[in-house]
Amino acid sequence: MKTGMTRGPRRLRLAAIAATAALVLAGCGGSNIKQTKTSSAGGKSCGELNIAVNPWTGYETNAHLIGYVAETKLGCKVNYQDVKEEVGWQGMANGTIDTIVENWGHADLVKKYITQQKTVEDAGPTGSKGIIGWYVPPWMAQKYPDITSWKSLNKYASMFKTSESGGKGQLLDGDPSYVTNDEALVKNLNLNYKVVTGGSEAALIQSFRSAEKNKTPLLAYFYEPQWFFSEVKLVKVNLPRYKPGCDANPAKVACDYPPYKLNKLISKKFADSGSPAVKLVKGFKISNDDQNLVSTDIAEKKMDPDAAAKKWVEANPAKVSAWLK
Amino acid sequence: MTTLQAPPGRPGPNVKEEQPYVDTAPNRHTALWLAVTVAVWVVGWLIFRGQDTRTLSFQDLNGFHRWLNDLRDSIQLASSRGNWFFHGVIGNISAFFNWLVGQLQELVSTPAFPRPVPQIGWLGVLALLAWVAYAVAGVRSAALVLLSVLGFGFLGYWGDSIDTLIITVLAVLICCLIGLPLGIAMARRKAVSVAVTPVLDLMQTMPAFAYLAPLALIFGIGASSAVVCTLIYALPPLVRITEHGIRSVPETTLEAAGSLGVTKQQMLRRVQLPMARRTIVVGINQCTMAALSMATIAAFVNSPGLGKPVIAALQSLDVGGAAVSGFCIVIAAIMLDRTTTAASERAEKLNRGALASVSRPGVMLMTVVLEKLPRWATEEQRGRRPLPSPLFRRAVLALTFIPVLVAILLSRQYLSLATFSSSANVGPRIATAVSDLTDTVVNSVDTFTNAFKNVISYGLLNPLQSLLGEAPWWLMAAVLISVAFFLGGWRPAAVTVVCEAVILGTGLWHDAMVTLTMTLVATVMVMVLAMLLGVWMGRSRPADTVVRPVLDTFQTIPPFVYLVPALALFSSSRFTAIVAAMAYAVPIATKLVADGIRGVSPSTVEAARSAGITSRQMIMKVQLPMAREALVLATNQGLLYVLSMVVIGGMVGGGSLGYLVVSGFSQAQLFGKGIAAGIAITALGVMLDRITRYAAARHGRI
Amino acid sequence: MTQTQAKEHSGATTGEGDVALSVKDLWKIFGDKADKVIGTPDAELSRQELQAKTGCVAAVKDVSFEVAPGEVFVVMGLSGSGKSTLVRLLTRLIEPTQGSIRMAGEDITSASDQQLRDLRRKHVAMVFQHFGLLPHRKVVDNIAFGLEVRGVSRTERRNRAQEMVDLVGLSGYENSYPDQLSGGMQQRVGLARALAADPQLLMFDEPFSALDPLIRRDMQNEVIRLHEEVGKTMVFITHDLAEALKLGDRILIMRDGEIIQIGRPDEVVGAPADDYVKDFVSEVPKSHVLTLRWVMRPARPGEADNGPTLQADRVVRDAAREVLAADGPCRVFAGEEFIGMVDDEDILRVVVAEEG
Repeated sequence: MKTGMTRGPRRLRLAAIAATAALVLAGCGGSNIKQTKTSSAGGKSCGELNIAVNPWTGYETNAHLIGYVAETKLGCKVNYQDVKEEVGWQGMANGTIDTIVENWGHADLVKKYITQQKTVEDAGPTGSKGIIGWYVPPWMAQKYPDITSWKSLNKYASMFKTSESGGKGQLLDGDPSYVTNDEALVKNLNLNYKVVTGGSEAALIQSFRSAEKNKTPLLAYFYEPQWFFSEVKLVKVNLPRYKPGCDANPAKVACDYPPYKLNKLISKKFADSGSPAVKLVKGFKISNDDQNLVSTDIAEKKMDPDAAAKKWVEANPAKVSAWLK
Repeated sequence: MTTLQAPPGRPGPNVKEEQPYVDTAPNRHTALWLAVTVAVWVVGWLIFRGQDTRTLSFQDLNGFHRWLNDLRDSIQLASSRGNWFFHGVIGNISAFFNWLVGQLQELVSTPAFPRPVPQIGWLGVLALLAWVAYAVAGVRSAALVLLSVLGFGFLGYWGDSIDTLIITVLAVLICCLIGLPLGIAMARRKAVSVAVTPVLDLMQTMPAFAYLAPLALIFGIGASSAVVCTLIYALPPLVRITEHGIRSVPETTLEAAGSLGVTKQQMLRRVQLPMARRTIVVGINQCTMAALSMATIAAFVNSPGLGKPVIAALQSLDVGGAAVSGFCIVIAAIMLDRTTTAASERAEKLNRGALASVSRPGVMLMTVVLEKLPRWATEEQRGRRPLPSPLFRRAVLALTFIPVLVAILLSRQYLSLATFSSSANVGPRIATAVSDLTDTVVNSVDTFTNAFKNVISYGLLNPLQSLLGEAPWWLMAAVLISVAFFLGGWRPAAVTVVCEAVILGTGLWHDAMVTLTMTLVATVMVMVLAMLLGVWMGRSRPADTVVRPVLDTFQTIPPFVYLVPALALFSSSRFTAIVAAMAYAVPIATKLVADGIRGVSPSTVEAARSAGITSRQMIMKVQLPMAREALVLATNQGLLYVLSMVVIGGMVGGGSLGYLVVSGFSQAQLFGKGIAAGIAITALGVMLDRITRYAAARHGRI
Repeated sequence: MTQTQAKEHSGATTGEGDVALSVKDLWKIFGDKADKVIGTPDAELSRQELQAKTGCVAAVKDVSFEVAPGEVFVVMGLSGSGKSTLVRLLTRLIEPTQGSIRMAGEDITSASDQQLRDLRRKHVAMVFQHFGLLPHRKVVDNIAFGLEVRGVSRTERRNRAQEMVDLVGLSGYENSYPDQLSGGMQQRVGLARALAADPQLLMFDEPFSALDPLIRRDMQNEVIRLHEEVGKTMVFITHDLAEALKLGDRILIMRDGEIIQIGRPDEVVGAPADDYVKDFVSEVPKSHVLTLRWVMRPARPGEADNGPTLQADRVVRDAAREVLAADGPCRVFAGEEFIGMVDDEDILRVVVAEEG
């Protein structure tokens, strides 16, 4: 507005009248906007916290739990950045993202960014255990008990045929960014299947839901922690047992996915900033069950993620204060 | 979205009234040769099926992909170690854009820390935007802006909508800074035009996703990448139309001015620019619309704006959410389109003084793809009412700025005027209603839609895919070259050879053939629908009146938005991708067909009717043959539109190249392969465009 | 004998002292190898043969002529004859391939861009078939455009433009835009724009071809009037023989880029250079064009002494009544010199031929 006033005497007069009018109106009452508290008692002020948000609900839960606490307890300005996993790492490397709050392995990225470039640091486990695998709806496990072993998959391949699977059985995958060895597995285990992409977590859930409801066959990639298990108890198909190192060469993988200890990551820049949020991210821990609780609120009850986080934080003050210690 | 230029013609000497030699078309037996080609193809396929298909499985990489991956790594390393170019130059540009967008956001859309709200609240922004619209485009535009911006608030996407406007307007401003001088230079110097045109072609054929990943790599994710990729996408139409505008200043006028001894500068400033102004404004309008649609896709590199909720809705299959946020984008599109158009008309009128201008037909451009949205919204009354004097106008503007200032100040004071009240937010209710409705519809028709999907997939898609994808690469390459040759001559055949070499080089031959299959099937379906609708619209005014707005709407909605209902109806499959591509390509093709049918000379139609012709005969023997040029053009545009949806289709089960691009964007080891897929799509696009373009030049004329 | 005299009188040169425009050996060949044609045997080929052989088109072939100050010089030819190219070569709107053009003693062909601009701004002005008006400017601003680009002050050019508006009869339309005017009025604007810079030479490129016949006649009369009022030298391009005969002091007839004939209207009609021209002029009402010089006969013995006297350059139609009213043959004089006789039969031969 200052520039407007310097334009000329007429503008100046107009602006002055307008300003007076505004002040008079402002004086008539109403709640004035107050500035938010800049920081928690003492310590360094938090400033901005850029949290990457990867496209699955469990992740969203972690992000908003941390974000909510950082905003309310530490006075941070939290930005949620919707990115895929790889882009999130990249973002940490060039400083646009501060933290990833649920990381699934990514040995190649760990090597590149943590070991070599040293632009990213491990911020400790989230406390949840990650499982990736192939699942079938419960009715199939009941009807075909042996389907839970990969060895019998070829027997049932024709059942899983769709217009997209080119005469083979269909194995439905999720978002293209998800950690997956499925193409290699199908090839290396000589399975008569074709990997077809569903596109997202929601698409997988939708497919499982209708497969269970209509009793149609479905074999799909899925993972835990996952709120949907409380609605439909999917059954995991056992692939050849995982041994450390059996997945070293992505093209030659012929074993199950490893059990993941999910962890958090922070960028080097953020770690060195001295922000109180660093401690929060490092201290953050959540169990599979707790995460599923919040995820159900978000995905199933369509609650606003922040509201769902608020609900859980208020219900679990002890757990939250442990994060900040 | 490569635009169709005038078909290559004989570069005739610049002699007026010269009688050209008429090139009598030789009888080429095109159909026969094509039939022979297909026969050879099928026989070859039967013999060699499954050999040399150059299939590369999803996780496998070739040397080129690894090289790209390594390149990425070294760029990342260089920029993290403070390389002067990546860290210094690009880093500073990036930081500048981020800073600028951040400042603008804090000014109007996001909390300006430590304030819990932006510097200017919604009331202030609303008043300011309406005032700007009033100043540049008149009262009606101001009213439209007022309603639109209120709509953002009521639908619950205030911040995202304003962010989208920030990115769009910023990109358009930079586009103008770069594009106008470039377009002018191209119009004035043949050499510049020759050098720049292929680059523009490339920019328009390359799928946006293919450059999104490298951009995110060097500019970092966030606003700066968003601005840059929007810029890349929106620049070509502006440059092209500017060049076209200046070029289409009539030769006679230039000559007349030249005979008065004007200098080059005077010619530009006083003759070419004023006369091309209307066209240039159309270019800015097109640039704005392109920027808006790209600003949505830029959400993939974490751009602020309406793309975020749309993508979130796509990920959670939330039809309602997609509908509401998509509706906000449509509102933004209508608002920007009508305001820029009205601004140009108003400028014209002011320029021409008090007399109301004679309404002239709009600028007819082959390159203009997006038709005007309803005009009533901002059309100022055309009367012989004299415009107020400039002094009076300025006084009015100054006076009306007072309430704007008041609004700004108030919005800084009161929370309710700063953040849009959530109780007024009807978005979620609409979203729920839409979702429920879709669920009902999907549940009642999904047996039918799935059956339809299966018919097309098993009956058309699978056999064709097998024919294209399972033939040896050398057979397919030869088939494509002969088709190009028989349809368009040796030039497109040569282009085809080059494009095939590029595709082979990317190592994605088989995926490219699968993509080609889907593109062809989708184009056939687009053309069937476009012919039916187009003939109907071309022959019946009422039909046109009813259908055209629907087409307009489909052209305005960003393609992402209709992915969600398509997914709900057909779940993730190649057919879903085809449906999405059709939704995108049918409007433009239909409009071209309808205009072609309508363009058939009335005297010919009258003469045919006087010969006692039936309606069916009229369509088959008179109107369609005479509209052949429009049909070929529609096919060309349909193909390119379909192809531009390949990547987006990759997200909903389209597979092949599109899926690789998307994957390359999200998986580290597939980065190089994704870029290679982007290159392959571009090569496919150039190949198809050239074949249809030359075929149009050869067969389009009657 | 009289006819040869007439020919000597015209010819390629005006025979008067100074020359407004002189064109010598002018060539324009379009095509990639244009400059490699002249001087070779190819230059002798017909246009079609040349195009078939080299791909070049000879638009103007070896053209020479001169125009006297104050003269109206008409270039006439059909479509593709090269006449429009020719007029553009004169101010180098199109660059000539070879030849020289001199205007008011200045060599145009070697002029620099700056000199050329200066020439176009001050000495030559052109009127175009499709007007070439600027649609975003009012009539008065269109007329003043030439003055504006050469930097004349606003008031001065406004005044001058207003004078021109009045001169061409557009008063009251100063503030209209071109698209609000009829074709004829638009061309008046074009005319006024050309006159505004007060040029010595006006060029017209088929200015009235796009107009209705009635309006065309008005405009032709307008040009005649203006020529009488302002007395400019004019080069006028047309494909309409009647227009050429009506306006031209002399006419240059072109075909396929070459000069077929240059002569006064009566010469062209009375002594066509070849069958092409003859065919052309066959429909022309000869009595409107031919002068007595063309119909008179040598005096029979004794006739030269008495009878009414008439001047040789009177048009047949004008003189007809006097000749027919006279009791006997009339004597024809060129100035003081007696050159022949004309009687009823000579007149009727011309007039009746037309009726049939």
